[in-house]
Amino acid sequence: MDMSVAQAFFYLFSAVMIGSAIMVIVARNPVHSVLFLILAFVNAAGLFLLMGAEFLAMILIVVYVGAVAVLFLFVVMMLDVDFAELKQGFAKHLPLGIILGLILFVELAMVIGTYLVSTDATRTTPQLDTSVSNTEALGRVLYTDYVYYFQTAGLVLLVAMIGAIVLTLHHRTNVKRQNIAAQVARTKETAMEVRKVAPGQGL
Amino acid sequence: MANDIASYGWALALGITVLKCLLLLVALLVFVAFILLADRKIWAAVQLRRGPNVVGPFGLFQSFADLLKFILKEPTIPAGANKGVFLLAPLVTATLALAAWAVVPVMDGWAIANINVGVLYIFAISSLGVYGVIMGGWASNSKYPFLGALRSAAQMVSYEVSIGFVVITVLLCVGSLNLSDVVKAQQGSYGLFSWFWLPLFPMFVIFFISALAETNRPPFDLVEAESELVAGFMVEYGSTPYMMFMLGEYVAIVTMCALTTILFLGGWLPPFDVAPFTWVPGVVWFVLKTCFVFFMISMVKAFVPRYRYDQLMRLGWKVFLPISLFMVVAVAGVLQFTGWAPGH
Repeated sequence: MDMSVAQAFFYLFSAVMIGSAIMVIVARNPVHSVLFLILAFVNAAGLFLLMGAEFLAMILIVVYVGAVAVLFLFVVMMLDVDFAELKQGFAKHLPLGIILGLILFVELAMVIGTYLVSTDATRTTPQLDTSVSNTEALGRVLYTDYVYYFQTAGLVLLVAMIGAIVLTLHHRTNVKRQNIAAQVARTKETAMEVRKVAPGQGL
Repeated sequence: MANDIASYGWALALGITVLKCLLLLVALLVFVAFILLADRKIWAAVQLRRGPNVVGPFGLFQSFADLLKFILKEPTIPAGANKGVFLLAPLVTATLALAAWAVVPVMDGWAIANINVGVLYIFAISSLGVYGVIMGGWASNSKYPFLGALRSAAQMVSYEVSIGFVVITVLLCVGSLNLSDVVKAQQGSYGLFSWFWLPLFPMFVIFFISALAETNRPPFDLVEAESELVAGFMVEYGSTPYMMFMLGEYVAIVTMCALTTILFLGGWLPPFDVAPFTWVPGVVWFVLKTCFVFFMISMVKAFVPRYRYDQLMRLGWKVFLPISLFMVVAVAGVLQFTGWAPGH
């Protein structure tokens, strides 16, 4: 793609992303905050696409926007929390927040700065194999070199899932439950009975 | 598009792409107009009614009359509604539904964007479809829409999981995420018997049923179950915003039909690789197959009673998820041990 056009798109996505990230904090309505968060995710996916990381971009949308943010939105809509009250101390905590943000910003700048300046750091970047698509390239290292990390991450998620189920599962006794197996196992003989009814007499 | 830029220059390539998009958009919208009519006609025929038959010959222009009616009506916004989100919701639904068609190859090389992650793109876009429903249900600030929105959020997230696994089994057999490659991988010497519906038949069935749930079609239309929720998340909508919801819904259905065609029914390939069939252009086969899948979806609407909500969740999590998960492992194992896996 033409370089200047790619740059124009980079600035577009970045500007919208930063703008919506600010709106996530500033918006008064929590549902609007979540919607702006989704906009930020989608723009991050756009930035990934510009870098040629198409697989990451799509996975970001499928996982974060399509599943995580849906549940987030779900919870925010269901909970009747008075968020205006929660934001009461906004001015009081603002200096602390700014300091924390600055520290994070300086750290990020140092990490990226050394990466750009130091020649050792650039030497360690692996050579990209451009002959395969990045989906295939990711798959090749994820399931071979990093298979234990991958499995561990899966295990952590499994434990979290089981934990959530254990915490919320209640066995209520006086509830009618449908037994699908019993229903399916019923035959014509057990389900109905045909009788001959003599006229004028009834059963 | 990259080739176009190389041969025509930047501005002209952009113009060509915009023209292609417009062409596809018009073709798709006209197709949806007639598929909507077909849906009503099939439904009517099963119930021994005549269906729409007044506007134009055999009622053929009914959808266009409906369009005019919706556009000419005044849009109403409820006083308690969240105005911005209320109007954004139908736009999101319609836009996302149409955006999915950017990567659908209707014939060899006939895709607006022939990208490497086409399947993932469609999967991502269809997973976003739930937002239109949730936003509409919440912004209406009313009980029925809100209940409908909550139901749909749970339903669409549940069935996406099994759709994802079904797609993975197909991709294992193809070895690529590109939709054109998926179709090309089904080209074999046995015509329609070498398409994926036969070797992956259980997956085909699961995909079809999950597609019904994903697009909120009967028997899984609990989102807008009229006997329980009036019209679900659409209760407060009228005129053009309502039309956008309907449009988005039907475009999403046609997308699912097209995806079924591409994944299991050989896309643009002719059913037999002999003379009279190969003369017909691929796009005709694609449209015919899409119509066939839509006919099945339409028949399901006509004669299957609606599921109860707990039954719907049971089917998704306790039946489809284990089966499709097992099939992913089984298909991967078979491909690995027989050496049929592509790319080796």
